[in-house]
Amino acid sequence: MQAPALRRDSVAWELARAILVLLAIVGTTVLLLFVGGYSVSSGLAALWRGSLGSWYAFTSATLVRAIPLMLTGVAVAIAFRAGVLNIGAEGQLLAGAAAGAAVALTLGGLPAAIVVVLALAASAVGGAGWASLAAFLRSRFAVLEVISTIMLNFVALYAVSYLVRGPLQEPTHVYPQSSTIGDAIHLPRIVSAGRLHSGLLLALGVSFVAGWVLRRTAAGFRLIAAGESPSAATSAGGIDVMATTTRTFLVSGALAGLAGGVEVLGVTFALYENISPGYGYTAIAVALLARLDPWRVAVTALLFGGLEAGAGAMQRDAGVPSTLVTVIEAALILAVVAAGALRRRSSFPASDTSPITA
Amino acid sequence: MTLPHSHDAPVALALRGIDKRYGNVQALSAATLEVRPGTVHALLGENGAGKSTLMRIAYGLERADAGAQFVWNDRVRVTSAAVAIAHGIGMVHQHFTLVPTMTVAENIALGGHGRLDLAAVARRVDELSTSTGFALNPNARVETLSVGAQQRVEIAKALVQAARILILDEPTAVLAPAESAELLRWVRAYADAGNAAVLITHKLREARSVADDVTVLRRGRTVLAARRDDVTPDTLTSAMIGEELNGTRAKSSAGDSRPRAASEAVFRADRLTLSDADGIVRVRDATFEINAGEIVGIAAVEGSGQRELLRALAGRLAPASGVLAHPSAVGFVPEDRHHDAVLLNRSLSENVALRGAGARRGMMDWDAVGAQTERLMLEYDVRAESAHVPIRTLSGGNQQKLVLARELELDSNSERALVVENPTRGLDVRATAEVHARLRSAALDGAAIVLYSSDIDEVLLLATRVFVVFERAVRELPLDRERIGQAMVGAA
Repeated sequence: MQAPALRRDSVAWELARAILVLLAIVGTTVLLLFVGGYSVSSGLAALWRGSLGSWYAFTSATLVRAIPLMLTGVAVAIAFRAGVLNIGAEGQLLAGAAAGAAVALTLGGLPAAIVVVLALAASAVGGAGWASLAAFLRSRFAVLEVISTIMLNFVALYAVSYLVRGPLQEPTHVYPQSSTIGDAIHLPRIVSAGRLHSGLLLALGVSFVAGWVLRRTAAGFRLIAAGESPSAATSAGGIDVMATTTRTFLVSGALAGLAGGVEVLGVTFALYENISPGYGYTAIAVALLARLDPWRVAVTALLFGGLEAGAGAMQRDAGVPSTLVTVIEAALILAVVAAGALRRRSSFPASDTSPITA
Repeated sequence: MTLPHSHDAPVALALRGIDKRYGNVQALSAATLEVRPGTVHALLGENGAGKSTLMRIAYGLERADAGAQFVWNDRVRVTSAAVAIAHGIGMVHQHFTLVPTMTVAENIALGGHGRLDLAAVARRVDELSTSTGFALNPNARVETLSVGAQQRVEIAKALVQAARILILDEPTAVLAPAESAELLRWVRAYADAGNAAVLITHKLREARSVADDVTVLRRGRTVLAARRDDVTPDTLTSAMIGEELNGTRAKSSAGDSRPRAASEAVFRADRLTLSDADGIVRVRDATFEINAGEIVGIAAVEGSGQRELLRALAGRLAPASGVLAHPSAVGFVPEDRHHDAVLLNRSLSENVALRGAGARRGMMDWDAVGAQTERLMLEYDVRAESAHVPIRTLSGGNQQKLVLARELELDSNSERALVVENPTRGLDVRATAEVHARLRSAALDGAAIVLYSSDIDEVLLLATRVFVVFERAVRELPLDRERIGQAMVGAA
């Protein structure tokens, strides 16, 4: 039997939604290129070339960008499912990147495999630690996590900025970045030509396990119940809602932190200020488009990875500003939210309980 | 002597022939209220009798379908609260309408217009403090005030707007006894100064101690309007709860399909004291036993402590002192089903799985839960497309049947115990009858059931014993509608 969480969405709706998403992408892109005075055909061609046009583009651009989006997307999805509005994946990613880089750089002497594992573990702990600040404020003083996490994003940004100019700066003290970690500590490449690294397997594994936990385990069910209705979870389920949400918050931070560690060990090989082009924010869109289901996050992360890769190509080849893709992403979310609202109206009485799951 | 109903007599506030219908429910039919100048007028009635609706019409929050309103003998059309205020009518709601983070002066200024002069408002508050004896600090933040002080701010708000007719909706429900006495003294003085006050209440003692006149509503009709001295607690009680006493009693004892009490105690309370979330004592020194096979009905007017008593019995509230022994798992059907009992967006199966989810470890066996849900649906006649549709797609009756099934059937290992709170609120006649039948058969099977209903007839219909909760005390009464009704309002 299929887990009940998925039952209520018919295949027809899934298909309709996918078609809608693709139409929204093409439609918005064409419209924006046209309005902006760019060549529609060369813009679309560049978008295609940069994302799916070649094996190299698909693996080294689209998939490489999809990895951090998948991890942070799952982080946001599980937090939102528990009713924890963690907007802080970006800050948690940065904290994880810093922790991972620090461990990889200081433990360089140990066997490589052990360093990789320790560095990734450190990045998860770093992300969870960063999230724990907001989680503590939330459980102890009822500080809204929406506010605290978004503020902590900026703190994390400046903290990294300090680290790469201070304690973690490379020995010549010229560039605002850390030393480069040794080749042996890089995550192994998984295609012969190009940059695709084994972080993809980790991200797919995380998304699979998270989806499985939500569907199949008592802990996952408690998380969902606590997010749907804290009062019913407490009264009818005997669930300790505060403990459940706090735990979820920390796991969410750990996954976002892991994304940072994976970026350092798989892509940048050093800690930079601008190590994330806003993955933690895009992750919110990734998670919402996936309707907060970790399995669907694997798909939507690919989609957004492709869009961001294509945006780079459009900027290079057709002179189209890459911010255009941000507009496209926003249009996507709006289209999907609107579709969800229409569907609810057609089949259920008006709902005011779960606007976030669209 | 009854009140003069000649329309020439002076009135401060009069409502005549008021009709109000909500959908299929006739909330008021030809309801009438005549408030004389210089008097405190008690408006009495059971829950749902229409007291609040009538007063909301007087204050312009609802529009009557028919009828006329008079203020100081003039026919008026009160189309909004603003119009009511302009006519000198003030209302203090049961649930306060204050902004907790603002100061007393700011809250009082909220009702005003034009330029905001907080200093002037503060001076006005000081004047009011002196004239009323309320001791309000204009600069205190409302959230730091006690409930009683917040209520005085509400009254001050009305007085600042020159209210000469003050409607108070259950004003003492939230107050400690000393505060209540103080408030009622003030209301008396306010009326003596030539104003008029309407006191919505269901406490007879309070009505008789402070009011000059009383009006009793029952099922939307004015059934009694009299001077205080012309009524006895008996006449008031029977006016409130109606004369169908004998019928109900005959019906409920007929045929004796009632479960018979076995002897083993399932719940045992010894000098049990309970406090609410704010630490206010709601039940004091209650001692009782509830046995397997019994349906114990709880009768109480709103806010008498029954809410806390039910939650303690259901294991959701720890005693403040004393001893309460109850089974490890007690089924609980709370009054607010959507808020406290179900996950509206989740499937029937998931809602069944919710019970005991806090203690479950490891994997969810959704196949087993699905089969269990289908069995419960069959047994309890829950009409739904399948166990996998969201529970929000079900009617209220079917939702409630599933909740009842879940709470009754999922603890096969322990003594069966169930606490239900207004289990048929909002259900149609058929679903109500089904729920009643379920409760009876569960008790026949040996479950101990505690039932609270704000409808005393429902309590009498199902209960094998009745406990009345009034002003923190729990005591058992015989199954006598009249005596129970009087005890609920403190008249016996």
